[in-house]
Amino acid sequence: MKSDAEIVDIARSLRRRCIMMCRGRGQGYVGQGLALADLMAILYFDEMRRDGGAELIDRLVLSTGHSAIALYSVLGELGEYTDDELATYGMDRSRIEESPLAGLPGFLVTGGSLGQGLSQAVGFAIGDRIRGSEARTFCLISDGELQEGQTWEAIMSGGHFRLGSLVLLVDNNRMQADGDTVEIMNVEPIEAKLEAFGWSTLRVDANDVPALRAALATTRAVSNRPYALVCDTVPGKGAATIEGFQRTHYVRAGDEVWANALADVQ
Amino acid sequence: MSSLSCMTGGGAERSGVRQTDIDALVARMPTMTTGITRQAPFGESLLALGRARDDVVVLSADLSKYTDLTPFRAEFPERFVQVGMAEQNMFGIAGGLAKSGFLPIAVTYGVFATRRAFDQVAMALATGKTGPAIVVAFLPGITTPFRATHQATEDLALMREIPRMVVLDPADSTEQDAALAAAARHDGPVYMRGLRGLVEQIFDPTDFEFRIGQANLLRHGPDGLIVGTGLGTSWALDAQNELARQGMSYSVLHVPTLKPIDSGAILAMASRHRTIFTVENHSTIGGLASAVSEVVTSEGLGVRVVPMGVPDAWAPAGSIDFVRSELDLTGVAIAGRIMNIAGGVESISGGIKNVVSS
Repeated sequence: MKSDAEIVDIARSLRRRCIMMCRGRGQGYVGQGLALADLMAILYFDEMRRDGGAELIDRLVLSTGHSAIALYSVLGELGEYTDDELATYGMDRSRIEESPLAGLPGFLVTGGSLGQGLSQAVGFAIGDRIRGSEARTFCLISDGELQEGQTWEAIMSGGHFRLGSLVLLVDNNRMQADGDTVEIMNVEPIEAKLEAFGWSTLRVDANDVPALRAALATTRAVSNRPYALVCDTVPGKGAATIEGFQRTHYVRAGDEVWANALADVQ
Repeated sequence: MSSLSCMTGGGAERSGVRQTDIDALVARMPTMTTGITRQAPFGESLLALGRARDDVVVLSADLSKYTDLTPFRAEFPERFVQVGMAEQNMFGIAGGLAKSGFLPIAVTYGVFATRRAFDQVAMALATGKTGPAIVVAFLPGITTPFRATHQATEDLALMREIPRMVVLDPADSTEQDAALAAAARHDGPVYMRGLRGLVEQIFDPTDFEFRIGQANLLRHGPDGLIVGTGLGTSWALDAQNELARQGMSYSVLHVPTLKPIDSGAILAMASRHRTIFTVENHSTIGGLASAVSEVVTSEGLGVRVVPMGVPDAWAPAGSIDFVRSELDLTGVAIAGRIMNIAGGVESISGGIKNVVSS
């Protein structure tokens, strides 16, 4: 088990990688990548279990295709992609698409058509139950995806089927394409809604490594209820240059900004 | 299959190029039956598949009783997933199951599988390295007394648009059994229409063979060509019988796979005729008529395609016989429309001859 300091170091490395990925074209979903770096570091370097051959037993279903940058950064850390290739993020002919389709190494489902991932995570969890597997399924969605009807169909079914192996991670960054989530279509109170659908819930500062690790540890308890972690995140976290932007849903900036952002996380 | 690339468009040349293909179609014409029906055949074939394969998981969105799932559900409750009235979630769950190595068979009505959950079917079942995944869609076309809410008259068009999607419209219970088995062996997503209740058996199941992408010649006559799919083929056979009563011998080509379509068979038959009459239990936009047109126009055959099916309007409510009659899709009506257009007997080499009885 890694120490908190080691996780923080890994998260810093993921943040650097996110910025380097965007720097190539001068644009990308860097806000999300930085916000999710701590969660990704914990999931892939601590929380998700690996078998003897170091293959993952547990899995992450990424519903928010736009946050693929966060997953790329951790897959780069794990050696699945080289930094050179990741630097082609979003470029023509690159397989490092901003919102990739299923089948790209590390991406179990096609996210990006928002609101669809949790249903597929429910499918994985049902499959594990049929098969007698003890694998756990984590599913990352954004707070905006709570506005999609299908997400609630999936939440209803997760509670109905009592999928204790399922953990929903809501990236509660409080922003969406057109503005602040609370203004566009308020999704709060998230915990009360999920609990009414039969889920256990916990809210956590997902940019606080010890707190997030503790919260994820809580979800491990054997239960017949699925677990939802409302992960409060700060877009651009860890790079003051990005964090300071008014709007960080998608960032386009000159090289100086990326250089400054990189300096922020060193 | 011989290529058409050497063709220059002359009638005799066309027929010469395609003769071997027509011979092959004639050689494998399936044995037909008449007057036989089976009750709820899908339930039986699904149960058989469930017994043969333990990776089959069946999903329903509150329609298991009405889509013949009861036998499977009773024998394999652990492999039956009831999601309630939530088709989008159902296809998402099916996608997760497919990606974790199961063979999901998600069963609902065609309208809900396509109009309501189009994006979910496309994204969850047709992207990525999904193995077999089957959507079974009941109430195809006008096989329901309800109107637009339940009549899936544009499902084939929608499903044809999805890359990798195989689209099947079986004509009878024999073919439905075989299509399900073939879909289960296919490495990718399959959309197949389902027939419930008392289903006709027009093909003799003994030695019946179904291959995805293969069309079958059911009647071979020189006087004209009708191409059908699904129940439309049954209606085409009714029309063929009616035309036969009037002294004309029409060919009927059955195209149960809308995608990938059997271009070879269609081109072979089209090379012999100036006009192709298509009959489908579906809108005349986007389904069989379109698929056949795409094949013949892409080869520059200059063949006229006359679509018969549900016109560009919401079909009426009522019994299937009533709706068929309202839409001029009875055997007599189809034969009449063919007579009006072709005037009777036509062939590419002989031109159109007026042989109209009475």
